[in-house]
Amino acid sequence: MNLWQEYKKPASVAEAIEALVSATDSVMPIAGGTDLLLDLKQGRHAPVHTLIDLTFVAEMNLIEPRGDELYIGAAVAINRVATHPLVANYAQALVEAANLIAGPQVRNTATIGGNVAHALPAADGTIALTALNAQAEVASPSGIRRMPFTALFAGPGKSALDKGKEIIVGFYLPLTKKGQASCFKRIMRPQGVALPILNCAVWLEREKDTVKDIHIAVGPGGATPFRATEAEAFLREKPLTEENFSGALEALLTQAKFRTSARRASADYRKHIVGGLFKDVLETAWERAV
Amino acid sequence: MTNKINLTVNGIQKTLESVPGETLASLLRMRLHLTGTKIGCEEAECGACTVLVDGEPMMSCVYPAERADGKTIVTIEGLAERVHEEMHLHPLQEAFVEHGAVQCGFCIPGQIMTAYALLKRNPNPDSEDIRFALKDTLCRCAGYPSIENAILAAAQALQTGEPVQKPTHIPSSTRSEDYKTVGHSHLRPEAVEKVTGSAIYTDDLTFDGMLFAKAKRAMIPHGFLKKLDISKAKALPGVISVLTAADIPGEKTHGLVIYDWPVMVGIGERIRYVGDALAIIAAETQAIAEEAANLIEAEFDLQPIITNPVQARQDGVPQIHEKGNLLKHIKVRKGDVDAGFAAADIMIEHTFHTPTTDHAFLEPECSIGVPLADGRMEVYVGSQIPYQDKTQVARALGWDESRVRIVGQLMGGGFGGKEDIMGQIHVALLANITQRPVKLLFDRQESLIVHPKRHATQIRVKMGAKKNGRLVAVDTELYGDTGAYASLGEKVMTRATTHAAGPYDVENVRADCYAMYTNNPPSGAFRGFGVTQSAFAVESMMDMLAEKIGIDRIELRRMNALRVGSITNTGQELKESVGLLECIDRVDAEMRKHTPQPFTPVIDSANPNLVRAWGFASAYKNTGLGGGAPDKSGADVELYSDGTFQVRSSAAELGQGLVTVMRLIVSEELSVAPEKVRVLVMDTDLTPNGGPTTASRQTFVTGNASRYAAKTLREKISAAMAQKHNLRPEDIQFTGGVVHLHGRELTWVEIYNEMQAIGQPPLVRYEYEAPKTKPLGEGGDMHFAFSFAAQAAEVEVNKLTGEVRVLKVISANDVGLAVNPLGLQGQIEGGVMMGLGNALTEEFLVENGSIVTDHLARYRVPGIMLTPEITSIVVEHPVEAGPYGAKGVGEVCTIPTTPAITNAIYNAVGVRIDKTPVDQELIANTLWERENKK
Repeated sequence: MNLWQEYKKPASVAEAIEALVSATDSVMPIAGGTDLLLDLKQGRHAPVHTLIDLTFVAEMNLIEPRGDELYIGAAVAINRVATHPLVANYAQALVEAANLIAGPQVRNTATIGGNVAHALPAADGTIALTALNAQAEVASPSGIRRMPFTALFAGPGKSALDKGKEIIVGFYLPLTKKGQASCFKRIMRPQGVALPILNCAVWLEREKDTVKDIHIAVGPGGATPFRATEAEAFLREKPLTEENFSGALEALLTQAKFRTSARRASADYRKHIVGGLFKDVLETAWERAV
Repeated sequence: MTNKINLTVNGIQKTLESVPGETLASLLRMRLHLTGTKIGCEEAECGACTVLVDGEPMMSCVYPAERADGKTIVTIEGLAERVHEEMHLHPLQEAFVEHGAVQCGFCIPGQIMTAYALLKRNPNPDSEDIRFALKDTLCRCAGYPSIENAILAAAQALQTGEPVQKPTHIPSSTRSEDYKTVGHSHLRPEAVEKVTGSAIYTDDLTFDGMLFAKAKRAMIPHGFLKKLDISKAKALPGVISVLTAADIPGEKTHGLVIYDWPVMVGIGERIRYVGDALAIIAAETQAIAEEAANLIEAEFDLQPIITNPVQARQDGVPQIHEKGNLLKHIKVRKGDVDAGFAAADIMIEHTFHTPTTDHAFLEPECSIGVPLADGRMEVYVGSQIPYQDKTQVARALGWDESRVRIVGQLMGGGFGGKEDIMGQIHVALLANITQRPVKLLFDRQESLIVHPKRHATQIRVKMGAKKNGRLVAVDTELYGDTGAYASLGEKVMTRATTHAAGPYDVENVRADCYAMYTNNPPSGAFRGFGVTQSAFAVESMMDMLAEKIGIDRIELRRMNALRVGSITNTGQELKESVGLLECIDRVDAEMRKHTPQPFTPVIDSANPNLVRAWGFASAYKNTGLGGGAPDKSGADVELYSDGTFQVRSSAAELGQGLVTVMRLIVSEELSVAPEKVRVLVMDTDLTPNGGPTTASRQTFVTGNASRYAAKTLREKISAAMAQKHNLRPEDIQFTGGVVHLHGRELTWVEIYNEMQAIGQPPLVRYEYEAPKTKPLGEGGDMHFAFSFAAQAAEVEVNKLTGEVRVLKVISANDVGLAVNPLGLQGQIEGGVMMGLGNALTEEFLVENGSIVTDHLARYRVPGIMLTPEITSIVVEHPVEAGPYGAKGVGEVCTIPTTPAITNAIYNAVGVRIDKTPVDQELIANTLWERENKK
């Protein structure tokens, strides 16, 4: 029982799409493969005949500024994201998230696109990209298109993309300006699967003592990654006081749908500790946004 | 269409055809025979398979080989340089050897490659950098502090160009002046092989024409096998043989004490857990064997499932074995417990629960059966009890034992989990039928599902004391989940029961233990052997009692501690070697260097949610089998023509360092350099029976066998030389690596020649028998020695989230004599880490007989990030019969860690943990509810 029969290494996005759509048997794109290969091996994923390795696609391995945006290729290894000076400069939350994904060796193989494509509601990279207001560039046989980051997800573990003919090429992040900063943190438990009990990312723009603009992401607080828009609206144009924080937390708790995950955390526990995490992340981003 | 893979491995350009589904790890191991890269889990969890790809560390077990096309790979074999036939180790390799960072060695290639990549990127890392880089490179021997020190030393050597600094923080034995070799730190003889990747473990071996095996597992917890159709499997091309229970020529069951474990379950027979084997397959490749296993169809008559030992003892439940669900009711009786409680001023009672846990040794089980032309069978396996494997394999084949040879291999950890039969019989059956070598390698999932675990327990303790804290009565009721088969369940739960009242002198003791069969995986030996569980209960109770009485918890322990002259719970008078009070005092003193009020919570000045406090616990653990079992070991010592020696015993080296201990002892006795002594272990043709490697017994038993064999050889030579040279035997002196004959010096080469010339080959076999012991219930000496320990742990608890971090652990162990202080350090660090895992991370989950934690990703063992600062204090109260006074340490050093941590949690935030592992959610919720009530 081989994990795959045929292995292709396209050099461009067009070749990759061609390889996908022309496959006559079951086919899957593979980036780092640190999840996919284990899913195949452990029977959680149906056997696949052909794997299309995306890590040889040059376009998907770039990190570069493009206009007033930062482009990060989907096949960039997590560790490169974590250590790249441009990412550190413009997306500190993403660096913090990337440094917490799995362990160092896995981070050298696993990719930022794979972290997203797996469509978990609390993947660390995903939560950071959500708060950073990322956009995704997606290739399909009909061409390349941009879509809002949160539109990539259809449900827990379910991508909105058709993996048989679509791939994420990369992500665009707005370049942060003075007064803007971000932060990512998470809470774990030491037993069982290494998925976070809670993670949280905040991007904000500060003008003296006022929150000019803010993006908040908390996972897992729903079937797909989401922005805590009600808490954001509550805080916008307000000073960051204890009282306003309480109001924002209340709004967040109304919007987030915390569930019980067997052997990881109860919904009540999540509700109980989310305030502390949110506050910690918010205050850190706030301090950074001077 | 196949692609070509062009890659550079360790500087050599290779071009290979691509193979569907091949990982880089497999390409390196199978096609390039670079077996230094180890496979521990094949799920990117353990890091043993780490290699460098274009300079970056990667897990080669999840790296498609075809992706390596055009890339440069460095493996562990590529680090050392061979200059004029001499091996020049890389400073990292040298530092790992010198710092005692190498134990079983299985994780070491991954550790070194990960560290090598770190030093390339960051030549001057600090402790935090190292921990960050090695986060997911697991070491189950858990010498993380030594690994960290080794990397720091290597970095310094690389930066300065100076030689690698040796460790300076490991003191010699307090009695080291009495000895030339023992009591001083020495390096492992096999350490260099382990750091260069040339050390061979069973899966690294291949034989011509070798087949690959797979067992078909029942995967139902309880039922009868109605039908088994192997026809499709047999018809699969590449399948050479499929065997079922009907094909077993000899006895159909195996077991260490009771033969209750079927080699395979036959038609109409009972399946008792998911790991029961139904059929075994030998095929040309591993993939074909696995595919064939999937083609076997079985039908079952499902039965209700017994999920826990309390349920197993209830009336009217299904009986799993013919004799019922009770493996053994174990009783300890001392004094009059009811009178004791009547006389008590204070009484407390509480019930504790501990889960099943797994050894998670990084090397999964592997056996290779090799049929020989003369009709014998060799089995290559890493086993803790080679001679018992020999008996069991022979029984199943229906052969005389003399036809079976077990050739023990290096073990990538055991911890008690490699005592039972796993693949040994299966490969022998398949090799016998096919007359070809057959390898059976478990993957991590099979390893987790099949082998025996640590018993889950329920322990109720009732304790009575006088107002001043003097214990007067302890009554304990234990339930132990021994799972589907006996394994060592009775022995383990006996130890849990006899040690249930702790290392204390109590006049009235009663303990009843019910070791029950269930439909969970079998439970057997695991470092601590039952005492891990009962110590958690009784040490928690000691703190609860101290609080109730209002006295200091350490004072309470001191007052009641076993000392010379005390009578144990089983009625044994302790006549010597009771270092408990010294362990308690020295840990107490060390702890108070950090803070005068260790048990008072301290709130972090920067984050008021973080609270720190210390906790304390003590323990004791028998050395040796005890309970009336004859405890023997044999050793050969032989002088060779080149003037070197070999010491041989079939005791197991599983990373704990026995081989080093044997070498040092022989070196001491013969006054030769340790390097002159080679050690051969675990081969039933070439080494005498050393008995099982269990119960912290080998330093004592095989250490003594080696010592007496060497001493007898010395006497034999003395006598012979005296006669030949007309001297008195006492005129012959053995010092400085030569033999002095009244003014004349003979080299060992000359001694060899002289001995041969007079027809007395310089070889001695000695069978050592430890002092006799008495069975439980008869009073007297149930054990010939006990080791003692105390530990203190400082924890930090987050009051908001309930998260727990262990910051510091102080560990004092009375080991009689530190035979090799460097090796002892590794045992102590690893013992603390295993105890920490037991407290915080480890829980083997079985739901309705099905296994939830069937991957390493779901069963967490502690990594370097969780490693606290560990301070080791060696206490040496010699035991008369031990080698130079030494007794066991492998287990006692891990037992107090869990209660020290849970007691510290209570001291920090007032939440009593009575179920392990610690549930942070429970801590948070308890504190939250308490806050709300205010």
